[in-house]
Amino acid sequence: MAADPTVRTERLPYGIAGVDLGEIERQIPVDEPAALPPNAVLSVIGKSIPRQNGRDKVTGATRFTVDVVLPGMLHGRILRSPLPHAEIRRIDSAAAEQYPGVEAIIPLVTPGDPSTAMVRYIGAPVVAIAATSMAAAEAALHLIRVDYKSLAFVVDLDKAREPTAPALYDSASIPKGHVSGFPAAADLPLNGNVRGPATDSRGDPEEGFKQADVVVEGEFRTQVQTHCCLEPHAIVADWRVGGLTVYISTQFTAGVRRELAEAFDLPLSRVRVIVDGMGGGFGSKSSLGNYGHIAVALSRQARAPVRIVLNRQEEQMDAGNRPGTYQRLSIGARRNGLLTAISLVSYGTAGVTVGAGIGNVAQAMYACPNYQAAQHDVFINAGPGCAMRGPGNTPGAWAMEQAIDELAEQLSLDPLGLRDQIDLSPARREERRIGAERINWQRRHAPGADSGPIKRGLGVAQSLWGANVHTNCACEVRIMRDGSVEVLSGVQDIGTGIGTVMAQVVAEVLGLGIDRITVRIGDTEFPAGPPSYGSRTTASITPAARTAAVRVLQLLLREAALVLNAGPDDLVAREGRIFVRDDPRRAMTFAEAAGRLHTDQVSAVASRSDDYGGFRRRMGDAAIARQDLGGVQFAEVAVDTETGIIRVERVVAVQDCGRPMNPLLIESQIQGGVLMGLSYALFEERILDQHTGRMVNPNLEQYKLAGPREMPAIDVVVLENYQGRSATDAYGIAEPASIATAPAIANAVYNAIGVRLRSLPMTPATVLAALGKVPSWSSPT
Amino acid sequence: MIETPLATAEAKQSEATATAGPDPVPIVLRVNGRHHTLRVEPRMTLAEALRGPLGLTGTKIACNRGACSACTVWLDDLTICACMMLAIDVGKRSVTTIEGLATGDTLHPVQSAFIEHDALQCGFCTPGMVMSCAALLEHNSSPTPADVNTAISGHICRCGSYPHAVVATLAAAEARKV
Repeated sequence: MAADPTVRTERLPYGIAGVDLGEIERQIPVDEPAALPPNAVLSVIGKSIPRQNGRDKVTGATRFTVDVVLPGMLHGRILRSPLPHAEIRRIDSAAAEQYPGVEAIIPLVTPGDPSTAMVRYIGAPVVAIAATSMAAAEAALHLIRVDYKSLAFVVDLDKAREPTAPALYDSASIPKGHVSGFPAAADLPLNGNVRGPATDSRGDPEEGFKQADVVVEGEFRTQVQTHCCLEPHAIVADWRVGGLTVYISTQFTAGVRRELAEAFDLPLSRVRVIVDGMGGGFGSKSSLGNYGHIAVALSRQARAPVRIVLNRQEEQMDAGNRPGTYQRLSIGARRNGLLTAISLVSYGTAGVTVGAGIGNVAQAMYACPNYQAAQHDVFINAGPGCAMRGPGNTPGAWAMEQAIDELAEQLSLDPLGLRDQIDLSPARREERRIGAERINWQRRHAPGADSGPIKRGLGVAQSLWGANVHTNCACEVRIMRDGSVEVLSGVQDIGTGIGTVMAQVVAEVLGLGIDRITVRIGDTEFPAGPPSYGSRTTASITPAARTAAVRVLQLLLREAALVLNAGPDDLVAREGRIFVRDDPRRAMTFAEAAGRLHTDQVSAVASRSDDYGGFRRRMGDAAIARQDLGGVQFAEVAVDTETGIIRVERVVAVQDCGRPMNPLLIESQIQGGVLMGLSYALFEERILDQHTGRMVNPNLEQYKLAGPREMPAIDVVVLENYQGRSATDAYGIAEPASIATAPAIANAVYNAIGVRLRSLPMTPATVLAALGKVPSWSSPT
Repeated sequence: MIETPLATAEAKQSEATATAGPDPVPIVLRVNGRHHTLRVEPRMTLAEALRGPLGLTGTKIACNRGACSACTVWLDDLTICACMMLAIDVGKRSVTTIEGLATGDTLHPVQSAFIEHDALQCGFCTPGMVMSCAALLEHNSSPTPADVNTAISGHICRCGSYPHAVVATLAAAEARKV
């Protein structure tokens, strides 16, 4: 059989460094770079290098969207619904139009039109104003008169499920195809406020439960969490005849450009999206957002740049949130621990929208032949949910990982030993081993064994996350005639330091120090970047950066070859020099070679190829790699049984992300993931007043976040887990680092006090109630 | 800011009077060693004055009600939330912002240590946190980890950079002793 000329055979690093690192042979496209050796033999990749934009960040020089000021810029404000459910009958903005400084007013609803005249949550946009100052916009806002017909509402997940609950939607008005949280199946039945179920199954669950020797069943609840990005959602929209330029705090420049082109009927070539500093997103800045549409519409009408920056209250009410859930989970197992069946029923709420599914932890973390799930979205009169760090899998792991802990106890097995039997992931097996050693797992005692009021405990939980890749992305690398190097892509740095990682990749290829590499990102003028969500940025853009660097280096080596009297393939670029492989004395500096270029710069662009060996699944521009990402986290807690206060003293987080590109930056992300998980576990909760529908803690003080005083010692270990799947073999870390934290803490609390807490957040009141020291807290009726 | 004799005289008069507004009033703000004469509405906060007319956008507003400390600046040698003070109330006290912390191109040791130990991610809370950690070292040259924790306990960092901020500040304290 003739060899396929488009592919070649390559041996790539494969396995876990220090455990079973070897090589794997794969067929890869002929134009892919040579296999990248393991980190141990590299000089820049895999090293802890401080981020390149650190200096700008510590001196206040970074330009965030909120810092952008354009000449003639107007200030946009949004009048928002004060009622959780109402029909708007009339809007009178005559007085506002006359207010000095007002340049544009746009009603966002059409009174009388049943499809747009309804507002379904407090904070829903009603009218937008642009004025020459924030004060004028604010003052004019108060002059607008809106005639609302107040309607019955419901803001509680359980009450919204009752047949008598006021319904938010009918079959005509229900949100269609809009995916704001975890991907929601289309065309599901609507019954009152309950949409679904979305079902999934394998094997014969009924038979599986019959075969079980032990069945654990539990009801679990998770609260609504808000993103609380420190930089608010912000945009400056500049509509001109020649095209639209938008500065926006976004996780996806290329995606926002597409949304704008579509919404405002512009060619892509006339829409430019820029983000320089980006003050946190966590999922809530994945798309243009209603405020973004509004700013552009105001700019178009006013013929001037318009800035909209949400205030903290708007952030809390209308900038997204992690859906709350109620879950009923059953797991059947044989005496030896092997699982026979898993059954999951969930009701989640993403407020007025859909997407409250709880991911695939129950479905995919453990080997189990029989599985069934029925998941429902429940509509309530609250702001729309959206993706938030580890959407779906985070609330899913809360239930699943506690149920596994409970199963282990019922079977008299160690939770780690049980997982060794039912978890097929070699990475997590190693992570359990490392973590157990670090936290000294063998000292774990029986539940509630400590005497005295302060009881300590150890717990463990695991995370599962798909290794996402965005193939619609590209990177350009330029070599300048003076030997300096530019790297360009539309990808944005939301705080992970992706620009620095790209510089490392290019520096490694060109044999230069990282200081020679200038990275320009966050602008759609450059080749399309991937989104910074789904833990996919590094996996997506670094292979493109390496391929582009290899290709542009070829152009330079052609020039050097003429001088060194060798073939380009015989040359090596290392430590700032270009030399002949077999005769290193025949050499020139990188800059000397660049000086031979015929033009001021040479350039190469490369896009993200498919993973070697293909993907597990592809959905348009996005794909899921064949291997999963994960991690195992251990928590040590001290529970004060008199006050109910849980103190997390230590967390050991053992994670994997393929090839780790920069351990320092990865450590930062993992610490952040643990802290966000801890905050979710103990403190955070969006509280809605049942009687008014209003959020009672729409700020950053009553919406309690974990701070430095709540910070445990965090011990981070990162596996080098080579899979031989791309030109860098790097994958993401942000989300898998946060998913396991809350259940690990809950399992440790159980180990401490011998009572299981199944609702989030685990406040002192819930601890004391669980211990029978105070009456159980229930929603007011 | 251009300082005219008239504006300066107006400002001096304004400092002497007890009531101000509601129209803009002239004030002099002493920021990072420079005097800035400007007219501000009495309701304008120091944070707004720094970010707006003075163009010092390194000071960030994240909650605008003293809950997150992103807007931390020094008022003489105290750390304050600039969103919680009116510009007209600053008076003759000296304001130091993140832009004024480095000496020329030489970073403050806390700034260098924040870079080296990656005590930041998105960087939005960073200027405020750097100001608090630098202020700590002004008052306490040998802080313990608990001291640093206390110094940053009012700061919210959603990225969770606290562990590295503690390491960085302790390293900066050591660096200053050399």
